[in-house]
Order: sequence, then C-alpha cells, then structure tokens
Amino acid sequence: MENTNTNKITEYQKQRNKEEMKKQLISFALMIVVTLIAFTIVATGVMEKMFAIPVLLILALIQVAFQYYYFMHMKDKGHEMPSIMIYGGAWAAILTIAGLAVITWW
Amino acid sequence: MMSNDHILNPETMPQSPEKATLEGKNKFLGLWFFLGGETVLFASLFGTYLSLKNSTAGGPTSEELFGLELVFIMTIMLLTSSLTSVYAMYHMKNNDFKKMQLWLGITGLLGIGFLAMEIYEFAHYITEYGFTFRSSAFGSAFYTLVGFHGGHVTFGILWLITLMIRNAKRGLNLYNAPKFNTFSLYWHFIDVVWVFVFTVVYLMGKVG
Repeated sequence: MENTNTNKITEYQKQRNKEEMKKQLISFALMIVVTLIAFTIVATGVMEKMFAIPVLLILALIQVAFQYYYFMHMKDKGHEMPSIMIYGGAWAAILTIAGLAVITWW
Repeated sequence: MMSNDHILNPETMPQSPEKATLEGKNKFLGLWFFLGGETVLFASLFGTYLSLKNSTAGGPTSEELFGLELVFIMTIMLLTSSLTSVYAMYHMKNNDFKKMQLWLGITGLLGIGFLAMEIYEFAHYITEYGFTFRSSAFGSAFYTLVGFHGGHVTFGILWLITLMIRNAKRGLNLYNAPKFNTFSLYWHFIDVVWVFVFTVVYLMGKVG
C-alpha cells in the first residue's frame, strides 16, 4: 500500500475534482449571463410587461436549475432523495402560490 | 472520541468525505429534507407578497421605490459567494483544509457585504420614503419576505463563523466534513431564494 501516513488524494480523484470544478465555473459564467439578460430587459424596458414577466421567470428557473444541478450536485448519483424532496417542495410551493392567487383574484 | 480516531482520521481520505459516514449521510438527507420544507415556507411568503403588492395605502409603489443598481450588485455578490463556497467544497474533496477555510472566509465576507447593503437599502426606504413595515400591506409583505431572506443570510453567516472557529485546530476529518458540506448546501439554497427575490420582487416590481 502506498500513502500509508498521509491523507493523500489520488491523482485520478484530483483530476476528476478538477473537471467537476471546470463545469461549475462554466455554470457560474452562464448564471452571470442569465442575470445580466434579466436586468437588461428591465433596465432598458425593451419588452412589454406581458412578455417580460414570463421571460424573467424562465430566466430565474434556468439559473436555479444551474444552482441545484451543478452547484448543489443534484445531477450526480445518489441524489434521488434530494430530488424528491426539492420537487416535492416545489410542488407544494406551486399549490401554495396558486391557492393564494385564487383567493386574491378569483 | 479517542477510540473513533482511526475512523475519523483515516489514512486515505475517501472520495466524498462528507458522505463517508452514516452521520454524514444522515446530515446530507436531513438538510435536503429541510430545504424542501423551506421551499414551501418561502412560497407562502412569495404568495402573500404577490397578493398584497398593490395594496400600497397611498404610499410609494414598487415602481417608485426600487432601484436596480444596488440590487444588481447584491445579486452578483451573493452569486459569487455561492461560487466561492463551491471552491471551498472543491478543496474539501482534495483534503486541503487551509484552502477550504480561506474560501469559506471569502464566502462569509461576501455574505456580510450583501447583508450590509440590504440594511442600507431598508434604512434608505425608511428614512427617504417613510416606507416601513407598518406603512401598508405592501410594506408588511415586502419586509417580511425580503427580511426573512436576510434573516437566513444572517443565520448562515453565524453558522459559518461558528463552524470555522470551532474546527480551526481540528483540521479536516470525517467528523466535520459533513458539517462543512451541510453549510455549503444551505448557502446555495439562500442564493436560490435570492434569485426569486430579485426576479419577483425587484425586476417584476420595476416592470409594474
């Protein structure tokens, strides 16, 4: 056995961690781009309110997907339970907001 | 504790030190369960805000009140702090304790910066516009929602400082790796919530 007296990580693991980090850096760049698009739409007022709101919400969902799947590793193996919990939470969240919207504007 | 030392400080660190022990696996699942619940909590606050947003009682509206510059800087700060905590976990997986602590420290500083700007923003609304928690239903809903997020940031910073100081001399082992990972997931979730805050409250509030 090598590495008997240190907590060394193998070169293979290091390389894999590095590749993962690269993917996360790319997601960060894309999240910045998405944020810039969202702020630009509102700051310049190029879009009608009717189009702007759904576009802003879609941009938010894209950014959140990057956060969950790349930054929080939900794309990796062993994340079945986390997915159930987050999608379960999101489902209850949609019902909550829908319910409040119905009693307010029906 | 001594008898478990060989388990907590193994001779070769496993690939995912945060999930190598049963304790770590439980912490991991427990935190995701908590985040699922938090999603619903924030949904009820967002739903309340959307319902009451136009009830301004003659006070300032969201379009008059909000500015985009400060919110943009706050957004970039929190998003960057999310990346720095990814870096911290990267160094954790490479078993580099010092670098992990350094990146966690940067994460904390960015969090404090974000919080300072939020306090400035609230103070600005109160002193310049007289827009308080009691001004209108819009005011109550706004401060509850955004303040609750700010409260989560505050809690996260205190959690991080405690973790960093408590484990400063311990180094990284299988006992505290799950703790750092749990914090990191929570911190990402704070950014997830902020994405919806800046979209629904500020950007949609500015559109009308």
